[in-house]
This record gives sequence, C-alpha cells and structure tokens, in this order.
Amino acid sequence: MNKKVNLTINGTALSVDIGTTILDAAHELGIKIPVLCYHKDLCIAGNCRVCVVEVVGVSKLFAACSTPVWEGMDVLTNSILVRNSRKHIIELLLSEHNADCTKCYKNGNCELQDLAAEYKITNQDFIDLYHSREYTIDNFSPSILKDDSRCIRCQRCVRTCDELQSVGALSVAHKGDRMKISTFFNKPISEVVCTSCGQCVIHCPTGALIERNYIEEVWEAIADPAKHLVVQTAPAVRIGLGEALELSAGERVTGKMVAALRRLGFNSVLDTDFTADLTIMEEGTELLHRLKSNIVDNDTRQPLPMTTSCSPGWVKFFEHIYPDLLPHMSTCKSPQQMFGALAKTYYAKAVEIDPETIVSVSIMPCTAKKFEANRPEMRDSGFKDVDYVLTTRELAIMIKQAGIEFATLPEEKYDSLMGKSTGAGVIFGATGGVMEAALRTVYELVTGREVPFENLNIKPVRGMEGVREASVTIKDTVPEYKFLEGVEVKCCVAHGLANARKVMEDVKSGKVNYHFIEIMACPGGCLGGGGQPIPTTPEIRQKRVEAIYAEDASMAIRKSHENPEIIQVYKEFLGKPYGAISHKLLHTEYCERQRY
Amino acid sequence: MGKNILKRIDLIFKDEADCKSVLKKSLQKTNDELINELIASGLKGRGGAGFPTGLKWKLTSEQKADSKYVICNADEGEPGTFKDREILTQVPYKVLTGMALCGRIIGAKQGFIYLRGEYKYLLKDLNVEIENFQAICQELKLNFKVDVFMGYGAYICGEESALFESMEGKRGEPRNKPPYPSEHGYLGKPTVINNVETLAHTFTIFQYGAGKFKDLGVQDSYGSKLFSISGDTPIPGIYELELGMTVEDFVNDFGDGDTKAVQVGGASGFCVPRKKFRETRIGYQGKLTGISLPTGGSMMLFNSSRSMYNLLSNYLEFFTEESCGQCTPCRVGTQQLIEGIRAVKRGDKNAAYLEKLLALTETMKGTAKCGLGQSVANSFQSIVENFREEMIF
Amino acid sequence: MDVIKDRVKSLVKEHGKARENLLPILQGLAEQERFVSEYAMQVIAEEMGLSTADVYGTSTFYSFLDTRPRGKYIIRVCKTITCYMKGKNQILLALEEALKIKLGETTPDKKFTLLETNCLGWCHKAPAMLINDDVHTDLTVEKVHQIISEYKQLTYTTLKD
Repeated sequence: MNKKVNLTINGTALSVDIGTTILDAAHELGIKIPVLCYHKDLCIAGNCRVCVVEVVGVSKLFAACSTPVWEGMDVLTNSILVRNSRKHIIELLLSEHNADCTKCYKNGNCELQDLAAEYKITNQDFIDLYHSREYTIDNFSPSILKDDSRCIRCQRCVRTCDELQSVGALSVAHKGDRMKISTFFNKPISEVVCTSCGQCVIHCPTGALIERNYIEEVWEAIADPAKHLVVQTAPAVRIGLGEALELSAGERVTGKMVAALRRLGFNSVLDTDFTADLTIMEEGTELLHRLKSNIVDNDTRQPLPMTTSCSPGWVKFFEHIYPDLLPHMSTCKSPQQMFGALAKTYYAKAVEIDPETIVSVSIMPCTAKKFEANRPEMRDSGFKDVDYVLTTRELAIMIKQAGIEFATLPEEKYDSLMGKSTGAGVIFGATGGVMEAALRTVYELVTGREVPFENLNIKPVRGMEGVREASVTIKDTVPEYKFLEGVEVKCCVAHGLANARKVMEDVKSGKVNYHFIEIMACPGGCLGGGGQPIPTTPEIRQKRVEAIYAEDASMAIRKSHENPEIIQVYKEFLGKPYGAISHKLLHTEYCERQRY
Repeated sequence: MGKNILKRIDLIFKDEADCKSVLKKSLQKTNDELINELIASGLKGRGGAGFPTGLKWKLTSEQKADSKYVICNADEGEPGTFKDREILTQVPYKVLTGMALCGRIIGAKQGFIYLRGEYKYLLKDLNVEIENFQAICQELKLNFKVDVFMGYGAYICGEESALFESMEGKRGEPRNKPPYPSEHGYLGKPTVINNVETLAHTFTIFQYGAGKFKDLGVQDSYGSKLFSISGDTPIPGIYELELGMTVEDFVNDFGDGDTKAVQVGGASGFCVPRKKFRETRIGYQGKLTGISLPTGGSMMLFNSSRSMYNLLSNYLEFFTEESCGQCTPCRVGTQQLIEGIRAVKRGDKNAAYLEKLLALTETMKGTAKCGLGQSVANSFQSIVENFREEMIF
Repeated sequence: MDVIKDRVKSLVKEHGKARENLLPILQGLAEQERFVSEYAMQVIAEEMGLSTADVYGTSTFYSFLDTRPRGKYIIRVCKTITCYMKGKNQILLALEEALKIKLGETTPDKKFTLLETNCLGWCHKAPAMLINDDVHTDLTVEKVHQIISEYKQLTYTTLKD
C-alpha cells in the first residue's frame, strides 16, 4: 500500500502516491501541462522549463515533470505568473530557432510550433539570435537528416540514443551559448556509430532530426510512362498509417492502404509480408542446418546462437559493436531486400516486364531500411534491388498531396504472385513476431505437428518486456530431424538496442546458451519503428501491437509454409529453401565497422 | 582612507591550536553534542547560499545508506572571490579537521576536496598537508580518507549538484532537486557538501565552542566572514570581518574616496549604488533593517571612472560562457540580455526595451534550473535600475 | 609503439575503469599531450566502455580540456571584471606583440598558445594570468615581456617543469 500525499491543483484537492510528479498528478485531474523535453519513454530531464508551475507561497516556479508533490502543496498551473513565464520560455526558444516554419519538413507536426500557436506568440520582441549563428546541416546519411538550426536542445535525442538504444552516437557538447547536440567531433552521423534506427527522429519534437525523404523522386518515377512501379508494404505500416491520416491508433487499414497505393499510381501493389513468409522458409531452414552442423557434426563455422537479420538497425549495430560475432547472424536478407531481389527477377519474368524499367519502392515503418537499400551489396538482381524506401509518414504525405480521402476508400486486395501472405508474415511487425512465425513453421517441419499452443498463438514470446525467453523440448520428430530428439531449443527475444546489447553481452560471456535470438532494433519491434507516425508512446505501441495480432488472427492461413504463393515461388523459381538460387538472391554478407 | 570602523577579526588565519587537540577533544563528544554545537553557533554556509550548516550535517547523518561522503567545495569561481584559496594555502588543516569530524558525525569514511583547475599550483603542498593529516587520523583511530579531485575550468561546477556530476565523470550539469544532496549526492549517496570557509569555521566552533562564534555578528547573521576585496581600493586583499556591517561603513574603510558602487557577492550578487550605501547591510536575510544581502564575500569597489555598462557587459559575457546550457531561461536568457543591452546602447532598440529585459530576468529568477540562471537577475536588475542612464547613453 | 594507447592504458590502470575516473584520465592525458585528440578519445572510450560521443561531450564541457592541439605553454589571461578593469586588454596586446600571434592562436614553434579565461581568483592582484599551472599576477606590460622572455629561454624537458 503506497503512502499517499494530499495536495491541491487549481483549487481541486486530490490524493496521489508519494513520489508522483506534479505533471502526473495534474494528468489525473485531466489537466494538461505543456512539455517539450519530457517524454514517457525517457528519463526525466527537466531542462526546457516549459512545464513550470506556481506553488502558492513559493516565489520560485517548479518544473512539473521533475518535481515530486509534497503534502499540502497548492499548485497553480495557469496563473498569470505561470503564463508570463511560459510565454517568455517559448519566445526564448523561438529566438534561437529557425522559425521559418513554411520551409520546414515538420510544418504542422512540430511541438514547438504547437506551443507557439497555443500561446499566440504573435509578437517576437526578443532579438533574433538565429541569424547571427553558423548552423550545421548534416545531410550525408541516406536515412536521417540533422538540422541544428531547428534544435531546441531538449536532449530527447541524446537520451534516446543513449538510454533507449545504448548506441550513444549523439551527445551534448560545449557549454553556455555554444552548447549543442553533437556527434563525436561533430562528424556526420553517417560516419559514426549511428545505426539509422531513427528512434531519435520519432522522439524529436521539432524538425531538427527528420528522415531523408524520397517523395519527389517517387512522384517523378510514377509520372514516367516508361517505368513500371512496384511497391511493397511492410507489416507494421498497415496498422500505423491510419494515425498519420487522422484515424486512431491501432486501426487496421490494409485494404485502404492498397487502394490508396493504386490511386497514387503504383502499377503493382505487392506485400512485404509475402517475403516475410519467404524469410521464414529460408531462415527456418538455415536454423535447422546450423542446429545439425553444431549438434551433430561439431562444426561451428556457422555458430549458435543464430540471430535474426531482418532489422537493419540491429544489423548495423552488430557490425559496429560485435564485428567478431558476425558469423552468428543469419545470412538471410530482410524481407524488404528479398522482395527487391525477386521483383526484378522472378516477378519481372513472370509478368513479362523488362526489369530495367522496374522502379522498386518499399513502404517501411523504418529509417534504417533506407540505409539498407543503399548497401552496395544489395544488387543481386543485377540492378539496385530496392530503389526507394518511403516511411509510413512519407506515404501519408503523398496520400494527402494526391487529395485522396483515405477514410472513404474501399478495401482492395494486393496483386498476385508476391501479394499473398499469412498471419505469420504480418506478425513480423511486432517484437516476438519473427520468433513466433519461425516456430510455427520449424516445429511443424521437425515434428510434423502444429506448435502446441492454442490457435497457434505462442504467447510466451509475445509482450513488451525488453528481453523474453522461451524454450521448447522437441519430441517425436520426423525421421529427417532425429538429431533434435529431446533437444530443448532455447529462444530469446529482445527489442530496443539497449536490450539487444544486454543479450549479446550475456552471449559473449557465456552466461546464456540460446539457439535462436530475435532482435528488433526498435522498442516494440517495427511497429515502433523510426518511420512510424509521430508521436509514438507506450500506449500507442500497445494499440498497434494489438492490431497486429488481430490481423494475424483474422487471416485464413497462419503458417508461412502454407502460403500458396510461397509454394509457387519455390516450385517455379527458387527450387528449394537454402538452395543455390536462394543463396544467390536471398542471402547476404556483412562487414566489420568501426566501434565509434 | 581607512577609518577602521569595521571590526576586523582573526579567527580563521590565527594559527593557534593544532588540529590534533581539536580532533581529540571533539572525538570524545557524541555526534549529537557536536551537531548541537554547530546549530547553536548559527553558522550558515559561507559559499553564498547560506544554508544552516548544523542542520545540513544533521539531515545527512539521519539518512540510512551503505556509504556517505563529505565534500569540500573548493571550486571558488565567483568573480572577485579568492578567500578559499588563501584558506587552503595557509590553514588547510582546519578544513580537513572539519571534514573529518563531519565524516565521523554523518558516518562517512571518504572525503574529497573538489579543487578548481585554476588552483592546480596549490595541489603539491595541499597533498603534503593531507598526508600529515591522515597520519594524525590514523593515530587517533579516525577512519577518514581525503582525496583531491581536480576541476578543469567550469564555474558551474561550484553548484553542488553540478559538482557531483563532474565528480562522476560527466558534464557539470545541475540536477533536478529534490532530491537534495543530504539524500542523494555523490554517486547517489548522502553527501555533505560545504564551502572551504564554512569548514574552516567549524574548526573554530569546535575549538572554542558555539558562544564565541555567535557573539560576533548581528541578529541572525552570526559570526565572522572572510571578505575578498578588490577593485578600486587602496588596500585590496582578504579580510575577516564581523557580519552585519553597512556598506557605508565598508566603503569608508576600503573605498578610494570616489566609490560609485560596490558589487556585493560577485557577478551573481548585487550592485549597491552610492545612494543606497547607508541602508544596505551585509549579512544573511533576516530581521535586519534596510536591505540585507547574503554573500560569498566578494566585494568589488568601482569608482566614478568605471562604466557600469561595461561592467554589466562583462558579467553577462561571463554568464553566457559559463552557463551549462541545459535549461532554456539561462542558456538563451543570458544571450538575450547581453544582446539586449548592446542593442539599447547602439540605439537599435529604444530604452523601453530595458523593461522587457528586466521582466526577462524575473522569469529567469523564477524558472532557471539552478542558482546561476536564477542569480543573473541580481546584478542585472541592480545595475540597470540604479544606473539606467549609463545603459542608454 | 602507440604512445597514446600506452598512456591511456596506464592511466586507466592507475585510476580505474569506472565512469567517475573519466576526468582524471582526461586530465592525465592532457597533461602529457597538451590536448585530447580524436584518437585519444577513441582509445579512452574503448578502454572505459563508453561511447566516443559521450567522451567528446564531456571533454568539450571543461574549458581547460582542449580538443585542439596546444603549445607547450598555454597562457590563459583572466578577462573577468577586476582584471578587465585593471587593464587586461593592454596585457593581451603586450602578449600578442611578444609572441607575434593573435588571441586563440599557437606560435609556429608550438611553444605558446594564447587564450583568455574567466576569473582566476587573484582579483586583488589584477591583472593576472596562468601559464600552464603557474599564476602570474600584478601584471604590467613590462612584466609581461619579461615573463615571456624567461619562458622562451626554458629548454624542453618534461612537462613537470
């Protein structure tokens, strides 16, 4: 039973647990105190001072986000003193800001802009500090752009990169009027340990950190009559897109999304979920190969545990931090890149289009996918496998620019050959989804029976805990997999790079001995990715994850190996999983990168 | 010009008792007795914040933790202050004794002296003193180790929570408070952090008892204080004076006959113009008549040849550089203030803009995260309000 | 032979790997090299298990921790109030003349760097300056020239001079 504290806010009495901040206490009364540096995902900073409130009897104001309530506190959140102080703070921020909003990518979706509008900052008396400074704009990365002129130094990005992701590519440098958010020696983020995960982008309140957008390039390609536009859509996009188009969080908009893509002008609307199923076939087979070579042949060239490789932020992180452990990573490409390789080979051949005319676009909840598409080795089709990657946010912008009334669109279906998917494919969008999809197929391959979980819902690997473990003891195998009889296959799922690091440190030290590890770079998995609509909070992630599993439950087929288009692609093109053609098109290599 | 009105004391630099006897005497008393002695003396922090020392030690002693710390704040960076340097040069054993007794009372086995980087030349001799002191501690079976931690050029690290951050290997950015150091200090453990002079005074109190200390001073500004005096004065230096004097008396003793203003408490302090000398007293805010100003002891005198605009400009330049930069009102506010007075002087903004700047300093006072941002208002307001014409013409 | 790496390793051994020891380690390195370079920060970050951006951000906070190469003798002239009142500008001009460099620069022979700093705590003997760890007070133009010529004659041995 927690000790309680009694206080008054704006004249209303309430009783809260000891340790509650003024901000949270006010929230209980439905009183919203504006914030900038505060974010639910991150530790409390208390530096922007926007959330200051008055406590009767004290001349100094208190930051609501970082001040715990005390007995008898009498708080005023909207007194003249508070309003005047808050106005000053906003004016100060604007005075050192590039406040030319019409030219900013975040125009209309900026927290500073919202505050200025709320407080009607129509007069700027303070001196313009912005124009007398030299600001750096870092546009070297294919994924993320950093514009210091729009930075309000709330340090959300630093806390995100450091605490949430344990990457530490950003920090606060210098002090006083020279204080800024910087990388190591102010190098471009593409030259340091940045994994392109984009978590900084979805936590940045202004336009200081944004994704590199390819909207105009895609419009141009669509307008080119000589080009055939192929688009693929990631699992997490269909449950996040609605938020950027005035629908509520967790709405499943798959059919409308397909309809919108057709109306935008894409010629072939196909699904990344198809190649998610394909990834399960390839990766599942690879896992079985590794289990055999390690357990039976004592061959550790492809060692265990094997980690997933579909999260490019995780892959880059691994290349920087654990380059000597690279053989542990599955050689499978991500679903995006598998799709890219097949679109300009298998698909082009089947529908009789010259692959040179294909422009392959992907819609992703992710910024690291932009980096991934630009990796020099991703050209196994003979062309650049994926030409442009658009985030969920960019798609929403294009839909709005095209004047499409999204909510009234009919539900349409994907085109065929690479448009059918299963429930196993769609759950790739959630943390634990790849693991669950893999288990559904691999278990059945090995034992001939379905996974022993009701409705195929493998609950132990689901949820939002940072690191989750599950194990299954294999019994009564089919003859081919006799070597797994009695083996307890140990699995681990982690999301967010800080948790990924924890798991890898345990693997390195020998503290754990898993067989298979699924890692998603972003908290929540792809549904919380760096390309998803902003804001992304724990509550919103929860709604999105419920939508993903609802989508899974609603699908007719729920196991990757039962997808008829998957059966077809192997029969007509690839031969068998992990075979020669698969190795050429669907598998890849990694490179060692600098630690910093 | 000195008329010798002010009572000059010599408690700190008087080198009578040796620390061994003071330690021995004190170690025979209980913790409560020692704390009560401190509380009875009315000693308040001599770094400028003026928190009652006895209460600070008491609160920290009441915390339950597996380790605690005593830190001596020797990051003397306030412009015009140089007394702590002198204490550490001449009578460091007094500071060390205070630290060790504090350690005994609160239950800390480790003490640190956070010495500013600019005072590195003191280090060698200080280390010798510390070694001698440790030997005495060992003799008296007092388990207390003292180490020096060097600062490296950051005024803000004189702020207690920024000091902890610095000692933890991070940027010296002040923390959110609460929790306070007595609960959550260095490495998150209960910590007593005291100014050099405060610790030196505890030696005096433990040596002579609370009474002798309390007899000095006026009302609730007990005791004596070291004043660092510089500027337009024929006798700059460090003086130990009784608290509670008027600025008029002070100027009579230390001025050069043409004193226009006195800056009390450094750049974070107040500028007292000639017309307010009589009514202003130097002490801790209490029931004194007139205006009473708390202080770290920095007293800078300016004569009529000095431009108050240049001086204010200098203070603001200092703050814009030394601010840690994390909170909006201080980081941007200090820049707005200096650009603002420049614009008014140049004529780009009219004189009425000074009102907007004064209002801004009130906001900074109310919303800044730490004392640095909060105190800019002191010098800004006192200079602009009392020397307005110099800001404009 | 990697001088920096060896020095860092011995400093880490002396002080310890925990985060609290970052400042003494940076200071120890700067004492020898006169500044902390990009490479040095990478090595420190690796040895202590920190991110390089973090080490960089911490270093740049402290005014006396230079991340750009400095001369053997770093001169820091106090520019705060009393020193300013008592003529620090003349002192600066005298130094610029004696060294033939401007504020912020290092002499071509890498012997002297001229910088400004905030209050050194010698206000009663203003103007004042630091040359490395040594303080020089009651400065006049003549005294400055004398001090510089004395330093110019010092031969290079170890930095403990």
